[in-house]
Amino acid sequence: MRQKIRVVIAKPGLDGHDRGAKVIARALRDAGMEVIYTGLRQTPEQIVGAALQEDADVIGLSILSGAHMHICPRVMELLREKGLTDVLVVVGGIIPDADVPRLNAIGVRGIFQPGTPMQEIVDFINRHARVRVGTL
Amino acid sequence: MAAPPSTTNAKRPIERLYTPESVESIDYARDLADPGQFPYTRGIHATGYRGKLWTMRQFAGFGTPEETNERYRRLLDAGGTGLSVAFDLPTLMGRDPDHELSLGEVGKCGVNVTSLADMERLFAGIDLGAITTSMTINGPASMIFAMYLALAEQRGTDWKVLSGTLQNDILKEFIAQKEFIYPPRPSMRLVTDLFAFCTGHVPRWNTISVSGYHIREAGATAAQELAFTLRDGIEYVQYGIDAGLDVDAFAPRMSFFFNSHSDFFEEIAKFRAARRIWARVMRDRFKARLPKSWQLRFHAQTAGVSLTAQQPYNNVVRTALQAMAAVLGGTQSLHTNALDEALALPTEEAATLALRTQQIIAHETGVTEMTDPLGGSYYLESLTQQLEQEALKYFDTIDAMGGMVAAIERGYPQREIAESAYRAQQAIETREQVIVGVNDFVESGGDSVGTLYIDETAGERQLARLAELRAKRDASKVGNALAALQSGAAAGANTMPLLLDAARAYATVGEMCDSLREVWGEYVETPTI
Repeated sequence: MRQKIRVVIAKPGLDGHDRGAKVIARALRDAGMEVIYTGLRQTPEQIVGAALQEDADVIGLSILSGAHMHICPRVMELLREKGLTDVLVVVGGIIPDADVPRLNAIGVRGIFQPGTPMQEIVDFINRHARVRVGTL
Repeated sequence: MAAPPSTTNAKRPIERLYTPESVESIDYARDLADPGQFPYTRGIHATGYRGKLWTMRQFAGFGTPEETNERYRRLLDAGGTGLSVAFDLPTLMGRDPDHELSLGEVGKCGVNVTSLADMERLFAGIDLGAITTSMTINGPASMIFAMYLALAEQRGTDWKVLSGTLQNDILKEFIAQKEFIYPPRPSMRLVTDLFAFCTGHVPRWNTISVSGYHIREAGATAAQELAFTLRDGIEYVQYGIDAGLDVDAFAPRMSFFFNSHSDFFEEIAKFRAARRIWARVMRDRFKARLPKSWQLRFHAQTAGVSLTAQQPYNNVVRTALQAMAAVLGGTQSLHTNALDEALALPTEEAATLALRTQQIIAHETGVTEMTDPLGGSYYLESLTQQLEQEALKYFDTIDAMGGMVAAIERGYPQREIAESAYRAQQAIETREQVIVGVNDFVESGGDSVGTLYIDETAGERQLARLAELRAKRDASKVGNALAALQSGAAAGANTMPLLLDAARAYATVGEMCDSLREVWGEYVETPTI
């Protein structure tokens, strides 16, 4: 059987608006995933460190401050350095349309803008997270 | 099939019709009274808006101090009557632009103010004695206010004529917005130091704006917003008294800040209930003697969280209705959100349209002619009473925990809000709550609006300026001021005069905050889902 998908939800940068991060963390947990919420003000190093330590299949970043074009490339670079290239990276928050292709180009697979239904995010992760089969 | 029971957005059951029976337990003289009379349910001024319109105060800030200064001058030219400074995240967190966590954040969500030099640029050509300024800053409120006072001093503007508001509400940061620096108890010390300082030196300044806005945005219901905000207010008053201040010396300078959300009547009832509860708390719980201490004055802002990225022009309508609720609720000051704010900081056109929305309500609708026009409505009075009762129940729970600081340390309000936020999102998912253009009446493609894009030049400029400032200021003066701040803070001295000396020496917000981080430590929240 497919093992539970392990998701690290992180709030990078200085912003403290964590409503979205917490709501989605809970929705993913209710959808049967194993969710680790890092809490606030995580550097890209801390986030990738958490993904490594938690053996995460997915990293979900919540960014509302406009710093995504700084944070996401750094996270992707660190994931490559650590050999975590099969970790699915998704971003939710206030991401202007113009930045969506730029984020896709660096390997951010899912970009969820304001108003995205939770179910859409759950489905996306179920479809795209790496599949690990085994017994628990 | 029976229709599901109707509710307010906060899931309070509502009847189809309200009648005199619904308000039987309400006594006019005791519970409502004429405007200007205790307990001020109908308003704090006998003359309502005939005496004075609300202040149209549009929150703005982005990029460098010069860019924001330009926006301010245009808002004043367009008939805005007060300024409201939005700071960027590094400033809000007490970090300089060259700190690791400031990467990509400088000037993005507000204006970057690192030192007195930036404060000089921000208010260039604006007479501090002629305007009122609201500053949305909390963790480093005292540090930024010290820069503002230093600027006034430099220009020869008497502190006694300065008027405005410092948000300075650290409790709601722990509860909702999460822009805290120090642990709760030393944070409260900064607040009471400022209360004490302003009482003598800056008597017209509102030393705090106890804020429900962020609590609501984080997901609280109207009743939770009301309860947690006013209970925060009680905590500040108690700490002020415990610090040896006379309640009537500082309470009249406390102000409040509420959200004006979409559930029209519930919001109006909330504002009215807030005035009634506060008046009774101040008179009966704290034995304040001055009517000014009993009167709850508030600023309102329409609900940012209600704005949608889809069909953004719908946001103009939402904002107008929410603004109307705030006006019917008797707000002293109002910010209306711009239609593009689910997408970005507002463009100038969008910000102007938001201001025009207020002007239309003020000058064309006639609602300003009489005070509390909905007072006496069976529904509204019944709802006002219900909200009051729900808030008082929360007070009991929090009092039993030992007060709001203790409740925050236990994560109580944080959990209550997260719970409500999740429920609200589920209601949207199941379409129990319709959001036009999002989960119903959806259009593919839809309108798009041009949005403000803030590039990296502000960050680069502020970084270069910081390097320049560090090179040219008198480093020993800065060092001495920061050392005095540390030893004074450790010894229990009032921090305000020490911060003023640091501001005058052009110490940066990061340096001032770091000096106190070494004394008090930093607060780290335990992450919970």
